[in-house]
Amino acid sequence: MRLINLFKIAIAAIRRNKMRSFLTMLGIVIGVAAVIAMLAIGQGSNQSIRETISSMGTNLINVMPASQNRGGVQKGRSSSQTLDVADVTYLKNNSTLISAISPELDGSGQIVYGSNNWPTSIYSGNEEYSFIKKYEVESGRTYTTKEIKNAAKVCLVGQTVIENIFTDDVDPIGKTIRFNNIPFKIIGTLKEKGDNTFGQDQDDMILAPYTTVMKRLFRQTHLRAIVISAKSEEQITETSAEITKLLRMSHKLKDSEDDDFEIRTQEELISNFGSISEMMLVLLGSIAAISLVVGGIGIMNIMYVSVTERTREIGLRMSIGGKGRDILRQFLLEATLLSVLGGIIGVVFGIVTSNVVANLLAWPILITTDSIVLSFLFCTFIGVFFGWYPAKKASALNPIEALRHE
Amino acid sequence: MNKQTIIEINNLHKYYQVGDETVKALRGVDLSISKGEFVAVMGTSGSGKSTLLNILGCLDLPTKGDYFLDGENVKTLNRNQLAEIRNKKLGFVFQSYNLLPRTSALENVELPLLYNPLVSNSERREKAEQALIAVGLKDRMKHLSNQMSGGQQQRVAIARSIVNNPVVIFADEATGNLDTRTSFEIMALFQELNDKGMTICFVTHEPDIAKFTKRNVVFRDGFIIKDELIENRNNANHALAQLKEETYSFDN
Ligand SMILES: Nc1ncnc2c1ncn2[C@@H]1O[C@H](COP(=O)(O)OP(=O)(O)O)[C@@H](O)[C@H]1O
Ligand SMILES: [Mg+2]
Repeated sequence: MRLINLFKIAIAAIRRNKMRSFLTMLGIVIGVAAVIAMLAIGQGSNQSIRETISSMGTNLINVMPASQNRGGVQKGRSSSQTLDVADVTYLKNNSTLISAISPELDGSGQIVYGSNNWPTSIYSGNEEYSFIKKYEVESGRTYTTKEIKNAAKVCLVGQTVIENIFTDDVDPIGKTIRFNNIPFKIIGTLKEKGDNTFGQDQDDMILAPYTTVMKRLFRQTHLRAIVISAKSEEQITETSAEITKLLRMSHKLKDSEDDDFEIRTQEELISNFGSISEMMLVLLGSIAAISLVVGGIGIMNIMYVSVTERTREIGLRMSIGGKGRDILRQFLLEATLLSVLGGIIGVVFGIVTSNVVANLLAWPILITTDSIVLSFLFCTFIGVFFGWYPAKKASALNPIEALRHE
Repeated sequence: MNKQTIIEINNLHKYYQVGDETVKALRGVDLSISKGEFVAVMGTSGSGKSTLLNILGCLDLPTKGDYFLDGENVKTLNRNQLAEIRNKKLGFVFQSYNLLPRTSALENVELPLLYNPLVSNSERREKAEQALIAVGLKDRMKHLSNQMSGGQQQRVAIARSIVNNPVVIFADEATGNLDTRTSFEIMALFQELNDKGMTICFVTHEPDIAKFTKRNVVFRDGFIIKDELIENRNNANHALAQLKEETYSFDN
């Protein structure tokens, strides 16, 4: 049999049974589209969490006071005062692996400018702080070493703060705002960072020298945290081990004593949140797998029923000279055409659906080639296999039996 | 006259196994059919007519005995070779037409040629058109099969059976679903084809229909009990004219 004739026969058969062809394709379209959309949502949120975490800092290591537990009373982290500026100096002088280090203090308060006021947060560190926490100056400048030394009342402001306390025509640089009644002169503005995955506005903040915050605002000597950059992502673990060792030495802890500080690395954050988002990915993946199986069973059913239904047609084709292999090829080609076409439509549909979800619900999505290839191959395979299998049986029939089939 | 033998069967048996029981549908049949013959295979229901026709048509194989078709021993052929024989040498007309639904008359008639790699596209189209002209459906080539009357559908089926220029046409109760007038019309068509030299083997249990053929072979319980030549076969066109007269006088 000629290939061109085979195509003629298969296409004629598809057109003759439009409803059946449509239903077969529908099963595949839904299966493929569901998998692509589910994986896009799952992988999208996964990626967005990763991005958020890595936007938190450059190879970031956070050292915090350990929450104290004395006499069975959990006192909480904020009340422990085990870290101070001396620790920062000690680490800086003794560590070989640290690339940058800064004390960190933060807190919340009310900004007042003229008749406008706005509740926000203040973050503070030394001259390396911006590098470690990935803050970039948009206009103006950051504070100098001298300003840190003098505990100068200067600050940089985030975009949300600017929007809420200044009118459009005002240049914030040079203006003086009050934060919890302390006047701060604005020397620079920060580049927009946007919301993180947890919906937190990263631009709703001001940034000041830690000395100012320590001495003038909170009047405390202990730090909320020490933030450190490792030289590279690979060296984060090694660096935190070194920090642990150095801090235990400087805090003169005995071997029997627990650390009075706690180290959190960016990597740990990623793996913590990563495992949550991986769980979500698995969940969405299972939903996708279920829709694949359901779609697959649908395809299987229609293919199976259609071949049974068409046994008389098979009998006729054989009685006028169609060979078993001609019949089999015809059904295989029909199934392949439908499955591939359905698969392509499914891919398009899946991408469109993902983007609609992304736009309407503002969910992060990530469509990967893997998810497209995987779902496409799986569905077309099911379509082709279940088109082939019953046809294989039917084409082995005696033409007379097939013709008599009711 | 030295006629060329097309079909030759010797001591043909066909048994069906139904549960524990063996149904002996054919029990030693000898028959030979020559080129140009128009044979009616007759007999009551269950006498083995269809069984014989299916074997002659290479749709089924005998349990025992030999079958030579156009000089070839069918017993030695495999499934694919049998399919090729059906495709190139045989034509079939079924009681229930067996046309592809929602498909034009032309496409239905082209179907056997699609399975023959030696026939080109243009050749196929031309042959199918000619076959449809031969059965009187020149104006209905593009009509869909399911939009045609029973008689027209059977004409399409006959066109399909002759499109490959077969050595013999087999018809199993081809008029079984049709009224008398349409049956006569179909028989007239078969007679016309036979007059042009086509060999036809026709199964029917209706003596009225068998009268239009040239030879009657009668079956009972898997045996041939009678095999006679019809000297003055009925002319179906005459019978049709007569039928019209009767209807006419009846109507008055
Ligand atoms: N596929 C089959 N399986 C079992 N028995 C069959 C089968 N086909 C035909 N028969 C039996 O063989 C006998 C002859 O049947 P058939 O050739 O169809 O008769 P006819 O066409 O003359 O009515 C009947 O008894 C019938 O029941
Ligand atoms: Mg019968």
